[in-house]
Amino acid sequence: MTLSTRARYVLASLMGVGLAFIYIPLSVVVINSFNSSRTFSWPPTGLSLKWWEKAVQNTGVRQALGWSIAAGFSATAIALLLGTCLAFAVSRYNFFGREIISLLVVLPISLPGVVTGIALSNAFTKQLGISTSLLTVIIGHATFCIVVVYNNALARLRRMGTSLQEASMDLGANGFTTFRLITLPNLASALFAGGLLAFGLSFDEIVVTTFTAGPGIQTLPIWIYDNLFRPNQAPVVNVVAATLVLFSIIPIYLSQRLSQDSTSGGRF
Amino acid sequence: MKSSIATWMHQRPKIRLLALLAAPGLWLVVAYLGALGALLITAFFTIDTFTGDIIANFNLGNFQDMLTDPAYRNVMLRTLGIAISVTFICGVIALPMAFFMAKVTTARSRKFLVALVLTPLWASYLVKIYAWRSMLEPGTGVIDWLLRPIGIHSPGFGGPAIIIGLSYLWLPYMILPIYAGLERLPNSLLDASGDLGARNFYTFRRIVLPLIFPSLVAGSMFTFSLSLGDYITAQIIGGKLQMLGSVVYQNFSINLPFAATIATIPVTIMALYLWLVRRTGALASL
Repeated sequence: MTLSTRARYVLASLMGVGLAFIYIPLSVVVINSFNSSRTFSWPPTGLSLKWWEKAVQNTGVRQALGWSIAAGFSATAIALLLGTCLAFAVSRYNFFGREIISLLVVLPISLPGVVTGIALSNAFTKQLGISTSLLTVIIGHATFCIVVVYNNALARLRRMGTSLQEASMDLGANGFTTFRLITLPNLASALFAGGLLAFGLSFDEIVVTTFTAGPGIQTLPIWIYDNLFRPNQAPVVNVVAATLVLFSIIPIYLSQRLSQDSTSGGRF
Repeated sequence: MKSSIATWMHQRPKIRLLALLAAPGLWLVVAYLGALGALLITAFFTIDTFTGDIIANFNLGNFQDMLTDPAYRNVMLRTLGIAISVTFICGVIALPMAFFMAKVTTARSRKFLVALVLTPLWASYLVKIYAWRSMLEPGTGVIDWLLRPIGIHSPGFGGPAIIIGLSYLWLPYMILPIYAGLERLPNSLLDASGDLGARNFYTFRRIVLPLIFPSLVAGSMFTFSLSLGDYITAQIIGGKLQMLGSVVYQNFSINLPFAATIATIPVTIMALYLWLVRRTGALASL
């Protein structure tokens, strides 16, 4: 498009302002973790690494990280299984209610977390009489993770078509062999992208977790939240927050290298 | 043995379909929709004020309380106002950014900029709101330090803080659909408009905006609905201000039926919004 130089400059500076809006708060979190003082004040009076050492040794943080990883992997595994099944059903078969599936699958992530949270908590504790535990957290997380796996898998299955599978079966491979040697390898990177996104969603989730976590189950977001207003813990919270900011580069790097299906990794 | 199962399955597509649908169907329909349905029914129940037990006597009392008490009406209007403001702010910030990424910059830096915009999506929700606590802290915060020289003070914790925080959280969700929409928009259309004598802004208003309207709507569904149900942001940077989610959260342990009643508001507003969006036909072209 032929834009005047001035228009280009205006747009470029608006882009810059937008990026500053996005990145200044994140940088503040990272710089703040090196703040030597126990209480927050800006700019930091001195820099030090002592809170990083404290955070690494903090048992609460380690335990929370463990719970988060356990919940994330389990929820991702379930979401991968259910999401892929659904994607196969929708892309390869015609059946009554097929159009509803994409709506049903997106519902848990589009309804407010507090609604899903109290609905699941009510169902677990009041209707079914199950006490909350890590398992209930996993069930809650898996429910809203299905959609990202489903979207990624469905996009790939539609693009793949069925000719490769038909060729494989014409050459004498049965359904299982075809799935193992043809379909799955073609689907793998889409499943990886979906799984990565599912893990990310689960790892970051706080609202549904609040309502479904059993006593003593503290995922990392819950730990941060519980310690956010404790002045004593502020420096350690700062370090955990900074780590999470820095680690957010990893999934972006991975998904940029892997997924060509869409720039957003199938969130939309 | 294995191959005979494969053959048997291959000849029965209905069984295969059933096997594929059984687990996710049970999970999403029976477990999830079941839980939502049970919650909705609870909204019509009441609670024994002495024992705290839920009494299953179907009545509309909760809805009556919710609609007649001005406190709840205020919370509802405030939440709606916040969600609309957040959507508007995200749109205003996202449009020029998406336009720059899709139409102005080089292909090389485009990829880099997309990654830059995507990265904060992976940074923790809590961390981002926590960051705004440090930004907005009156007196010692970053905003006061940065902008005091030009006479701007931090608004402190409250309604404006919630709007800033939520806009910050959901901005990438607005940028990405608009960017995708602009990328699909052929450059030749913009050139043609320019050749016919339209100025930049006129082209933007008459050509670009109508064509990317569905993308704007897609983005607004995220920013609007995510803001509508939020309560964590309000708790961290909202001062004493409450949103609908806060009321649900507070009533959850003391009066579940009433929490369920309040929870129907954001769900109803969202359903109305989706219905409106469908009517404009924006969803069909997504």
